[in-house]
Amino acid sequence: MEIDPFIFRLSIFILSIFIGYYVVWSVTPSLHTPLMSVTNAISSVIIVGAIIAALAVKSGNLFDTANIFGFLAIILAAVNIFGGFLVTQRMLAMYKKKKKDKK
Amino acid sequence: MISENLLAIFYLISGVLFILALRGLSSPETSRQGNLFGIIGMAIAIVVTIISVGNFSTGFLYLLILLVLGGSIGAFIAYKIPMTAMPELVAGFHSLVGLAAVFVAISAFLNPEIFNLGFSGNIKIASLIEMSLGAAIGAITFTGSIIAFLKLRGIMSGSPITFFGQHYLNLTLGLILFGLIFYLCKTQVDTWFWTIIIISFLLGVLLIIPIGGADMPVVISMLNSYSGWAAAGIGFTLENTALIITGALVGSSGAILSYIMCKGMNRSFFNVILGGWGATDQTSLGKSKEQKPVKSGNSDDAAFLMKNASSVIIVPGYGMAVAQAQHALREMVDVLKKNGVKVTYAIHPVAGRMPGHMNVLLAEANVPYDEVFELEEINNDFANCDVAYVIGANDVTNPVAKTDPQSPIYGMPILDVEKSKSVLFVKRSLSPGYAGIDNDLFYRDNTLMLFSDAKKMTEDIIKSL
Repeated sequence: MEIDPFIFRLSIFILSIFIGYYVVWSVTPSLHTPLMSVTNAISSVIIVGAIIAALAVKSGNLFDTANIFGFLAIILAAVNIFGGFLVTQRMLAMYKKKKKDKK
Repeated sequence: MISENLLAIFYLISGVLFILALRGLSSPETSRQGNLFGIIGMAIAIVVTIISVGNFSTGFLYLLILLVLGGSIGAFIAYKIPMTAMPELVAGFHSLVGLAAVFVAISAFLNPEIFNLGFSGNIKIASLIEMSLGAAIGAITFTGSIIAFLKLRGIMSGSPITFFGQHYLNLTLGLILFGLIFYLCKTQVDTWFWTIIIISFLLGVLLIIPIGGADMPVVISMLNSYSGWAAAGIGFTLENTALIITGALVGSSGAILSYIMCKGMNRSFFNVILGGWGATDQTSLGKSKEQKPVKSGNSDDAAFLMKNASSVIIVPGYGMAVAQAQHALREMVDVLKKNGVKVTYAIHPVAGRMPGHMNVLLAEANVPYDEVFELEEINNDFANCDVAYVIGANDVTNPVAKTDPQSPIYGMPILDVEKSKSVLFVKRSLSPGYAGIDNDLFYRDNTLMLFSDAKKMTEDIIKSL
């Protein structure tokens, strides 16, 4: 009997939780706010589902209810992707080390 | 068009890049590179998806317009938002992820053929479970984050809203949700699907309203975690590796942050979720307090003390964020450093309204991050320090947490501010902090209260220096 592909996805999921666990514990506490904003940005990868939902044309009509929900999800995810990554970048740019040449 | 296998490999690559993005945050030096990895991963995921759909007609045009529209809104917010408003921003962004998850789930439910999930009225059971879980968690994240946003923004009162039987109501709604998912799988009737979403919206509101303002660090982390689980649920439905990996990463990240925040307050996760701290304790404590003598001083006294100190530790809290005092504080520290005073910053894990809130504000004010220390790193230094300058913090310095088992904050790790030779406590009044308890520190002999707004007092001290 072949293994259900679901089991493979479940394996990826469980292993990723462990990776997340170890990676996040190694994040320095002073960067916890950027951590939240960047996780927020990457979870917007849900946009891939939105793109498929929006662009798949079933009955020749692009503005089927299902497509419209896809388009709405694209806007929401796009706000998050750009907003999330840019605000993270803005924050990270502020973290500076002590200047060596103190006056 | 690209083959399914190649597509899956690309999604795997973006998943790996997202892992590297989080890995980069282990130190400020590597963090910027990490963020770049995240952006590349996202770009790969979006581009290959568009190519795989292969529809470059009108729909593609709309897609580009919406991407640019959403992207510009996001970019605009990202550049305009003041750093003090970061907790609200993150809460607001979480709500968007939640709603996007709901929309994608609805779309998949209405049009399952395009995702290979079966046919309307006959969707695969596993996919139905996955999409309803994704939609339910997404909906809870959406309304929950909106409530959190309103509370953080001050549009809604930060005090806990509780009513009789609240927890039983939530529990019942939760059980009904599972019942509905079961019925949906059995009957495939779309009414159940809509009911699941509506109940989840309601549950999101009910879960967050009993949680008070200072517990917001836990709430934001928790919603962060939820948005991850929602994405993972959708990832299973769409059989998309990038989404599953990301969902798991974000989910565990949020869960760990919630855990760290709870530990910082010495409370269990359920204790926070089940609501109001101040709500129950305020009545029994604080009221019968007799007036005790307090020493208060002005900016000249403070300036004198700090100028003649050899080391000063600064303890910032939420009050500093409210008063936007971080820039004035940095200026004050610059003056002190010129006078040869050694200055460091001590940050409690739950200071502010979200994890790492104070660090970001200090970074904004150009405070080098290697002068900023966490509780465990710096707590022993208070005993050797001349002046502790407490600005906008309160409960996290209260020695009662170590001495009085009756106190609601007993056992909470606190900054040992009282061990320093003298304590300067900037505060507008003697009113108790969020926990509703009096701070013993106010009445100590070595404490000098500076009654003023955090920013104004700091500026006055600069003048006196």
